[in-house]
Amino acid sequence: MATPQTSARRSNPRGASLDAAFEILCFAAATTLLASLAGVLVSLTIYGWPAISKFGFGFLTNVTWDPVRDTYGAAGPIVGTLITSAVALALALPVAGGVAFFLVELCPMVLRRPIGTAVELLAGIPSIVYGMWGLFVFAPFFAQNVETPLMAAAPPGTIWETLVQGIPNGSGILAASIILAVMILPFMAATLRELLNSVPTQVRESAYGLGATTAEVVMSVTLPYVRRGAIGAVMLGLGRALGETMAVTFIIGNSHDFPKGLFDSGSTIASTIANEFNEASGLQSAALIALGLVLFVITFVVLALARLLLRRQMEA
Amino acid sequence: MAVSAQIVARRRAANVAFVGFCYVVTAVALVALAMILFSLVTQGVAGLNLNVFTMDTPAAGSPGGLRNAIVGSIEMATLAMVIALLVGVLGGTWLAEYSGKSLYGDVVRFLNDVLLSAPSILIGLFVYAILVKPFGGFSGLAGAVALAMLAAPVITRTTEDVLKLQPIALRESGVALGTPLWRVIQQILWRGSTSGILTGALLAFARISGETAPLLFTALGNQFKDWDHPLKDLTEPMASLPVVIFQDALTPYPDLNRLAWAGALLIAASVLTITILARIFSREQKRS
Repeated sequence: MATPQTSARRSNPRGASLDAAFEILCFAAATTLLASLAGVLVSLTIYGWPAISKFGFGFLTNVTWDPVRDTYGAAGPIVGTLITSAVALALALPVAGGVAFFLVELCPMVLRRPIGTAVELLAGIPSIVYGMWGLFVFAPFFAQNVETPLMAAAPPGTIWETLVQGIPNGSGILAASIILAVMILPFMAATLRELLNSVPTQVRESAYGLGATTAEVVMSVTLPYVRRGAIGAVMLGLGRALGETMAVTFIIGNSHDFPKGLFDSGSTIASTIANEFNEASGLQSAALIALGLVLFVITFVVLALARLLLRRQMEA
Repeated sequence: MAVSAQIVARRRAANVAFVGFCYVVTAVALVALAMILFSLVTQGVAGLNLNVFTMDTPAAGSPGGLRNAIVGSIEMATLAMVIALLVGVLGGTWLAEYSGKSLYGDVVRFLNDVLLSAPSILIGLFVYAILVKPFGGFSGLAGAVALAMLAAPVITRTTEDVLKLQPIALRESGVALGTPLWRVIQQILWRGSTSGILTGALLAFARISGETAPLLFTALGNQFKDWDHPLKDLTEPMASLPVVIFQDALTPYPDLNRLAWAGALLIAASVLTITILARIFSREQKRS
């Protein structure tokens, strides 16, 4: 230490030796985040393995979910998840788009902030509230005013009769999709609005200056301008719908059979896990965790795509 | 002329249809959302009374309240926020200050964004696998860890964002005075970003206070609470407001349903309050 070179050097500032320690601490925290996502994947694979190795690929295609005979096929919940999310997205997307366009282009200035804030606040309401509303308010209304008349009106022997099959008790695939749509609506509208607001004013004004109508400005100028981000926002909404548990569990009817029609009871992956996991043991619990793994893979793909698209938009 | 007039008419019609559509769907959406808030408030207020805050969760038919569930929720959410702040602020600091252009930094940032919106029920399954099954029982601690995993990515994200807003000159001048980098970060950068980080923390808190799915297999629920040792059930099953709402809403008993509505109103009201507070803080951050 006492060599001439080192003693000639300036002394380090006090506490400098802790620099490395602090960096390692921060690095460890960042790694914890990474490890927790990896941990989810690993633990789902390990605990789900008994079911995966027993049923193999048939786990995804088999429709029988029977705890009594200890045989599990996940096709019902998987299809239920995909259908409810797709229908919810199809219902929520045009409405969310309309709300965002309204707020950015049409809304009177005085109302713009209050309505915009209200939409953003509603995006934060916990999903269990939407679920309760679905169960106690929406389901009875839906059964009486939509399901019963539609089932009575459907011409026998046509596709309509197949579509509206089920028990008109207000819960089922379509009812769950509608609740999901209401739930993801504020979130998608708020994100789309934020994206549309990020379009430079000159771009919008020059389009109006060329004589474009409001519809043309939105559809041919501002929306294409934020295209990637908009797709990303929609996929984030889809990701929420796919993984949503509480709003769906209340109202989907919770039957493992493959849904026969839109009014039929069904289940999603998340609702099946929520309903059965605490009473399950052995192979059933492994099958439920394997179901979780399926959900993880589906949502991971959707969310990863969404984030990539959103990030490109932000960089562009 | 006739052709161009036709085109103008068609464009105008398309525009009227578009604008009309926007007005109609906005009205429909606002009415639907107002209806939800309306039933929440009317049903919730009908279920609210003093017992809700002074008595524990009842069996059907007997009087009771939500006291143990409210306290359980607060305990778990507080503990979760402590963990999440620790991991989130440090992790966000690493991403903003140390990761540079490294591939690892990009991977962490990307996967943190994915974790941010990962299905919460899967987080519940994960915590069940690492904390409930190996240690032989449901516990409030496991519930808190599950909630922390949902809150941490939000805090990481906001911490990174607000730290990056701080000018480079601030770091350089700190270092030029001979301050070690870690003190520059803690005493200059963190201090300058306090309200931004606080905003993120509040948003994370709002998010976890309504989460139900991750608590089902971790904290489970508990009809009783040992009020002489209120922290004891961190190692035992612990009641929480969302789980009680879920269970009570699905029973056929009207008194329990009313209690569930009261609980839902309490949760929604506190989430809204926290979110509004967060917005106020973020406005202050922008101003400073």
